[in-house]
Amino acid sequence: MSTNSTHFSGYGLGLRKEHYRDFLEKQVAVDFVEVISENFMIAGGQPRHILRQIRERHPVALHGVSMSIGSADGLRDDYLRRLKALADEIEPLFVSDHLSWSRYAAFNSHDLLPVPYTVEALDIVCANIDQAQDVLGRAMLFENPSSYLAFDGAEMSEWEFLAAMAQRTGCGLLLDVNNIYVSATNHGFDPQQFIAGIPFQHVRQIHLAGHSQGAELLIDTHDTPVSEAVWKLYSQVMGLAGPVATMIERDDDIPPLADLMLELSVARSLGALRASYRQMEAA
Amino acid sequence: MMLADLQRDFQTWLVKAESSASLGDGARAMAGLAVYQNNYRAQLVGCLEQSYPQLRAWIGDEAFRTAAITHIDRHPPHAWTLDAYAEGFDCTLLALFPDNPDVHELAWVEHALGAAFVAQDAQAVPFDALAQIDWDTALLSITPSFRSIVATTNAEQVWSALWEGQAPPDSAMLERPAGLLVWRRGYTSCLKQVDAVEREALLQLHASGSFAGLCDWLVERFGEAEGVAKAGELLANWLASELITGIDAV
Repeated sequence: MSTNSTHFSGYGLGLRKEHYRDFLEKQVAVDFVEVISENFMIAGGQPRHILRQIRERHPVALHGVSMSIGSADGLRDDYLRRLKALADEIEPLFVSDHLSWSRYAAFNSHDLLPVPYTVEALDIVCANIDQAQDVLGRAMLFENPSSYLAFDGAEMSEWEFLAAMAQRTGCGLLLDVNNIYVSATNHGFDPQQFIAGIPFQHVRQIHLAGHSQGAELLIDTHDTPVSEAVWKLYSQVMGLAGPVATMIERDDDIPPLADLMLELSVARSLGALRASYRQMEAA
Repeated sequence: MMLADLQRDFQTWLVKAESSASLGDGARAMAGLAVYQNNYRAQLVGCLEQSYPQLRAWIGDEAFRTAAITHIDRHPPHAWTLDAYAEGFDCTLLALFPDNPDVHELAWVEHALGAAFVAQDAQAVPFDALAQIDWDTALLSITPSFRSIVATTNAEQVWSALWEGQAPPDSAMLERPAGLLVWRRGYTSCLKQVDAVEREALLQLHASGSFAGLCDWLVERFGEAEGVAKAGELLANWLASELITGIDAV
């Protein structure tokens, strides 16, 4: 099945409350912003008001952290209903979440926990994606998470799982380049292998973020600038991807907006270089 | 290993730190599991710290952290939204601070202010909408962000001082019970201490909506002249405070 998500080519930022004033008072030179869906799946108040104002100025992507697409016992109707209501109002570029799970039965960990790459898990994830896309009435994007644990008994690689998932459900992929690097380092696989296994015709969005060195593992902290190694992978990815939306995702130790705009300009430059190179090759 | 079994084992690891063979048992697996458990607990502690900043300042970092860890050990999260984890912290505080009503009231204030901040929107009724109202049949609606409890301590003064970055007063019991009101004006959450009569009057109106019923209740309590005057005074204050968000004639 081909991916049903629309294409959008551009460069954006994750909208964080530290920058609300900048976005409301100035014309910030981004092509789109991405917000955390759950922060706005609320009854009312200032956050929804601000989002509506931002939406008048910029395309908005909704990025969730709580759908729990890998839950063995399915998705929660109330969550899907609220997300649909938000999406219907905001008319987002994309609605995305992670290839992970956070809920089991009544317990919710509020973390992006790893899915085992097995045939059974793939069937469950695909059934859940079908349900979510049916309720939302649109294709979603799913992101490769950073992971710190690989389960024994895996029947395929992460990239094979992502490719099969996109092929079976028509969902798009949100490729987090930092997460590729973090997981590759933590689990000892070659990021080139990951990139080579990704069906780029399904990729619609790219995340860039920073990480930190933990005691034994790399941690996906989103509190530092994008590392040099990740920029190199990004450059490669842009050579393989079609029109995509690239975004800097900073969640902690938030710097002034000008710093993030500078970082975004690096992404723009690398993207433009790769586009020129492709044109040269085509000529 | 079926996915459901693995997810159950992972939950047990996060909540009780009891590992299972399904999650792996080598040094690499344990390092990874430790990251997930740290993320889980840090996320919940962070949620409570963000939801109760003035309470944390009031009881101190160490006592707050102890309360947070106790709460996390006793009450694993259930809701899809992390914000909901702040609900129910009051029960843990009650168990840990059974003789500190100031702590409970301060916790209530912070949680109510947070809930009001994201409550359903509602337009306040402007004064000029009152001209044609038949007060005998009028039904008034109070803003969906409204919350109230009985106040027995000076928690309102303590919270306000802490919020303004000033030294808070010592905790003290009120001479007589009062009421704490929390609601949202526009996009700003508000806190106000009122006397017990005003709180009860507002709860009466919240329950029945009937302004005539409120007048009857106040007349019964204060007599004809004073009761009617009091009803008018209270309504004027509530309208000015944007607590009233709907007027319908029956």
